[in-house]
Amino acid sequence: MAKTHVTASINGDVKEFLCEPSDTLLQTLRDELGLTGTKEGCGSGDCGACSVTINGRLVCSCLVLGVEAEGTEIETVEGIGASDKLHVIQEKFLEHAALQCGICTPGLIVSTKALLEENPDPTEEEARYYLAGNLCRCTGYDKIIRAVMDAAETMRGGA
Amino acid sequence: MVSVVYEAPDSIQGAIDLLANATITTKVLAGGTDLIIQMQGVNEERLVVDVKKIPGMMDATLSDKGLDLGPSMPCAEFTARDDIKAVYPGLVEAAYLIGSTQVQGRCSVGGNLCNSSPAADTIPALIANGAQCVIKGPGGERTVAVEDFVTGVAQNCMDKGELLTLIKIPRPAANTSDAYLRFIPRTEMDIAVAGAGVSVTLDDDGTCTAARVAIGAVAITALLVPEAAQALIGTKLDEDALQAAADAASAASKPITDRRGTVEFRTHVVGVLVKRAAKIAAERAGG
Ligand SMILES: Cc1cc2nc3c(=O)[nH]c(=O)nc-3n(C[C@H](O)[C@H](O)[C@H](O)COP(=O)(O)OP(=O)(O)OC[C@H]3O[C@@H](n4cnc5c(N)ncnc54)[C@H](O)[C@@H]3O)c2cc1C
Ligand code: FES
Ligand code: FES
Repeated sequence: MAKTHVTASINGDVKEFLCEPSDTLLQTLRDELGLTGTKEGCGSGDCGACSVTINGRLVCSCLVLGVEAEGTEIETVEGIGASDKLHVIQEKFLEHAALQCGICTPGLIVSTKALLEENPDPTEEEARYYLAGNLCRCTGYDKIIRAVMDAAETMRGGA
Repeated sequence: MVSVVYEAPDSIQGAIDLLANATITTKVLAGGTDLIIQMQGVNEERLVVDVKKIPGMMDATLSDKGLDLGPSMPCAEFTARDDIKAVYPGLVEAAYLIGSTQVQGRCSVGGNLCNSSPAADTIPALIANGAQCVIKGPGGERTVAVEDFVTGVAQNCMDKGELLTLIKIPRPAANTSDAYLRFIPRTEMDIAVAGAGVSVTLDDDGTCTAARVAIGAVAITALLVPEAAQALIGTKLDEDALQAAADAASAASKPITDRRGTVEFRTHVVGVLVKRAAKIAAERAGG
């Protein structure tokens, strides 16, 4: 099969890449673009480790074809914070020890950012429901939720 | 490995031509939350026709006549429409139950319908609202009621080359509302063990003058249960009437036993859900 040429904005930079039409966006990000921050947990929409936003909307990149990225704006975990200046959400995950193995963390950071953009002042219940598609097998969620609520408060304060 | 030929036409006619003239297996792509999983492990060449660039497939228009729902609108957008929620709260609730925030960002009511799973959440809610499917294909256009659209497990009445282009939902009469409830063992992210969509119309003294009752996940397709509606019509939805509707729904169900529920459990629970959904719909209808 001929590869398809795709142009999309990835974390604010316009990128051109080739992808196999059967490849998922997750495979394209990881294997074609070297953006391995986005993780594969299940490949079936259940775990949220592959969360990215497309045109501002949170999705599972394992349930999107790479070719569907044409003309869109994609944000991955690599676009959040910088190596010398972490995003508040990332800082709060560290501060609250909201990770153990860390495989779920990139997806949770992306999803938390989407949550707080939509709803800067969520109740704990709203946060738990919003993030229900991000599974974590290590932490038991409590520390994650504490980090999310703290990040929300800090971000509101800073606004 | 599946090998894909991807096309994203910008018109319905363009999509129909691609689907009708293809010499390989064709699949329509809406949100992909069923399709992309189903393509894993398939060993053939497939034409995937992405319909999300076609005007109309992604819009929803509410008027005095009712709702014209573009079948591929993502549920995140659909459930955020307060104007639609005010008229069809049960249908919007059913759409909201599908998957996580991430899945909501892509999944569509049309995809839920065309995937034709017995447990699809929006189907009983669509049937309760008397929704119609507008299907276009090489032979022209036809309209099919949702209760007649799904013909079996993962099977529906669409032929090769056909596309679901619109879901038409009539405007409910005055003092009418709907509700959808499902039973799942968890609090979210699960597939219905049983589901019920109910719409009721009340007159000024609270007597039910019209009703539609549909049940899901308890037969190979979602079922419209006219006997359950009849049990409600002419009553003030007192306990006896609700129990009669519940019994009619249980009697109409033909569930199977699987690891998520037994025949006995599903038969009972679907009745309970009909009863509760009827009560909620009646409260909303302003009885
Ligand atoms: C984690 C997860 C949780 C889920 N939870 C639920 C749940 O709780 N309840 C539930 O009901 N479902 C659930 N689903 C299933 C799925 O998300 C829904 O069925 C969804 O509505 C499918 O919509 P889609 O737009 O993604 O469809 P797609 O995957 O794009 O399409 C589904 C099928 O319909 C066909 N199709 C789509 N649009 C058209 C059209 N316009 N004309 C002709 N054919 C068409 C496609 O070819 C395909 O066969 C879940 C899925 C996942 C991954
Ligand atoms: S890898 Fe996409 S949801 Fe699990
Ligand atoms: S930290 Fe291991 S899965 Fe969440």
